[in-house]
Amino acid sequence: MPSTATILSQAFSGFAFGSLLALMSSGLTIIFGTLGFINFAHGAMFMLGAYAAFVVLVQTHSFILALLAGASALLVVAVVLERGLLRFFYARPPEDQLLVTFGLSVMLIEGVRFFFGSDSQRVSPPAWGDGIVNFFGIFYYPLYRVEVIGIAAAFLLALYLLLYHTSLGLMVRAGIEDRLMVGLLGIDVHRMFLVVFAVGAMAAGIAGVIFAPLSAVIPDMGTPFLVQAFVVVVIGGLGSFGGAIVGGLVVGELLSLTTAFNPAYSQASIYAVMTLILVMRPRGLFGVAGRI
Amino acid sequence: MSASVLSWRGSRNRWLPEIIVAALLMVLPFGFDAAFTSVDLLSRILLWGLFGIGFDLLFGYSGLLSFGQAAFYGTGGFVTAYLLTSHILGNVWLAMLVGTVAATLFALFVGYLALRRVGLYFAMITLAFSQLAYFVENSPLANWTGGENGLPGVPYPVIHLGSLDFSFSSGWRTYELIAVTFFLGYVLARFIVRSPVGAVLVGIRQNPGRTAALGHSVPGYKLAVFVLAGAYAGLAGALLGIFQSYMPPDAFALDTSAQLVLQSVIGGAGTLLGPTFGAAVWLFLRAELQQIPGIGSLWMFILGAIFVVLVTLLRKGLYGSLVSLWRQRVATTPSRPRPHPRATGLHPAAAPPTPRSVGAAVPVALEARGVSKSYGGIRAVSQVSLAVPPGEIYAVIGPNGAGKSTFLRLLSGEEIPNMGHILLRGEDITGRGVTAVNQAGIAKSYQINQLFGDLTGRENLRIAALGRARGALRFDVFRAVDSIDAVEESIAALIDELGLAESADLPVATLPYGEKRRIELGMALATLPSVLLLDEPLAGLSPGERQEVIRLIRRLADGRTIVLVEHDMDAVFALAARIMVMHEGRPLAEGTPAEIRRNAEVRRAYLGSMTAHVDS
Repeated sequence: MPSTATILSQAFSGFAFGSLLALMSSGLTIIFGTLGFINFAHGAMFMLGAYAAFVVLVQTHSFILALLAGASALLVVAVVLERGLLRFFYARPPEDQLLVTFGLSVMLIEGVRFFFGSDSQRVSPPAWGDGIVNFFGIFYYPLYRVEVIGIAAAFLLALYLLLYHTSLGLMVRAGIEDRLMVGLLGIDVHRMFLVVFAVGAMAAGIAGVIFAPLSAVIPDMGTPFLVQAFVVVVIGGLGSFGGAIVGGLVVGELLSLTTAFNPAYSQASIYAVMTLILVMRPRGLFGVAGRI
Repeated sequence: MSASVLSWRGSRNRWLPEIIVAALLMVLPFGFDAAFTSVDLLSRILLWGLFGIGFDLLFGYSGLLSFGQAAFYGTGGFVTAYLLTSHILGNVWLAMLVGTVAATLFALFVGYLALRRVGLYFAMITLAFSQLAYFVENSPLANWTGGENGLPGVPYPVIHLGSLDFSFSSGWRTYELIAVTFFLGYVLARFIVRSPVGAVLVGIRQNPGRTAALGHSVPGYKLAVFVLAGAYAGLAGALLGIFQSYMPPDAFALDTSAQLVLQSVIGGAGTLLGPTFGAAVWLFLRAELQQIPGIGSLWMFILGAIFVVLVTLLRKGLYGSLVSLWRQRVATTPSRPRPHPRATGLHPAAAPPTPRSVGAAVPVALEARGVSKSYGGIRAVSQVSLAVPPGEIYAVIGPNGAGKSTFLRLLSGEEIPNMGHILLRGEDITGRGVTAVNQAGIAKSYQINQLFGDLTGRENLRIAALGRARGALRFDVFRAVDSIDAVEESIAALIDELGLAESADLPVATLPYGEKRRIELGMALATLPSVLLLDEPLAGLSPGERQEVIRLIRRLADGRTIVLVEHDMDAVFALAARIMVMHEGRPLAEGTPAEIRRNAEVRRAYLGSMTAHVDS
């Protein structure tokens, strides 16, 4: 049995990781809800965000600039991909949409590998994130990881406000419920698709920027994150914003707390829980019947 | 993706693909310059090809895109390798068998869970399970699987023939083993796609809902093809360890599943050999591109770009496009006889195909007792009852949104009522689901055509007829799809009856609306129903076509019970023995056409605007 301090510290790590996973997954889920397809390039977009952070932080040491760079890089990538290619896929079967985003993901990863190599790059946390927090003498914790929770929460809040307190958000949420109807009401669905795809991609990119100082930055780094985001949306319910947040935190805590007990079962545990949810509640915790 | 395997038959060509493949497998080792190809490359292509044949049955034929086939590849490989390297089993053949069975059982487990969801969810769930397998191999089972190191020292198989020993130890010997296995896998898959099972799988890809409504157990066939693809993957994985004398842990990796998908789409899904072709392109380009200075490290980027271009512009893939080009050339050669001169409309003289069993003289063929259905708070159908005697035409009318179509979906088993019971010849069939209801003898023709667009009219009717002829789930993979005489006779009669003689062998997507409508009706008839549900059979037809279909419905009622939903009041009043008027989900009135005409409440609530029409 691990010590209380270990469990608490792991719970904290799980919360930090889970909040990033929630940010990433909410991007995946709103893209799915609105455009009707799974963005298989979401992991590659996360990775692009981390590389943007790497480039900018090495040059400027400014975290704000890194966030801006990550968000704008993904905005450009998303607009180019949506206008240049993906919009021709809206009328095609879901399998084709999945295949094309998967192909794009391969190209993004390999393109980055060509420019930066396969070696892992190190990104140090911003100066204000350097240090250790003492939690009542029970356990010590790197300051940046505490701040990650706040930063991710801030972006989730921004996404929440965008979705629930703007007219764009109203259209997006209506689109998730009934895409056809929104089109019939005279809303320019394709412009909405572009905006949502860009917002979703930027959510992945920003998660990548925040994550960069926590791990090695390599071209393949997005893939496990993508798969975990799939688990998140299966648990939370595809198309549900709340489900992405709850699912993200659940998966983050599962990964982290199982590590405290036996690291060998850490990854396996999230799939075991996913299986359980599939058996007991196939639509996920917050999935709505008839939505997909 | 091409479904034309179904239409590409004729005994002349039956074994031609097998002969070509066998010849290629024998010639290839000699045909190429040693600098260009190697035994290693050829063996790897065939291993991926064998893996890909199973995947093609799953994805190309049945439309189930799995991103987790690595789970079964790895399971087959590691179980075989572990049994051999730990000396639990000494016999390599037996170990391969056990490994393949283990992969098959794992596929049964994953398929059971993943197939609860469709489309994108299915792809994500299969991917997640393969990641689970990867991590379980890597950590908890590392003592048995070698974890990240894999299992070295996998032995090769030996055949003892009297005093002779054939050991498949290396190089060309291993190629022979892999080539023979590949060929057997190909032959089996060819049997499957040419069999009734193959036709049902293509039906599932094109329209799963209709396939289920035609009496085929869609979940059963999906699980079967998933398990079969798992078996192919497991066998290919077992061979991989033997071929390399080493079982690598990345067999379980996401990259393995991804490479399989990439190769299948590059080569062309739905062709069986497409994945092999794609593997050849992939492995060859990888080997060649890596040699080129400057862009060598971009090889995967280039393959990714080729993949994106093919998905966007050439969805049939490279091999798939070659095959369909060749078939077009074959199809346009004049030697092919045209079936019949143009038939003019419906054939009035032909006898309608008789239902399989009208049953003993029961007083009531179809009965609904107090059936209700609500969605959330909305009651679409509320307390509706009816009792239709055999041979009667019973019409349900009402304004739009009255719940007529929902009521028909309850009768056909597509929806389960919240309350009430549905009885067929006195037997309660409530809640059995659309497949069992169809097997019991109720068929529905849809308001909006539900056809298999890529297939011909004859193939559409055949998939419909196979359900009743074979039962809901049957694995008769060793007989050709068109070899069941009763089925062929009944669809030939239907084609004649419906006046489809000339268009029966064209893809239905290319047919005019009126002919599609007749095929739609014909598919319901092909299941030999004793009760026929018609949801607006006249919708969209020209006045002339309407008269023909009205005459047809009248003939069909001979020995059949018909429940008709229709907006064409002239047709309803001319055809129906009794009519029920529905209004806001509830039955408003029931009676003979004369009684309905006189009913004041009906006039007020529904016919108000149509009084003149009905009185005429």
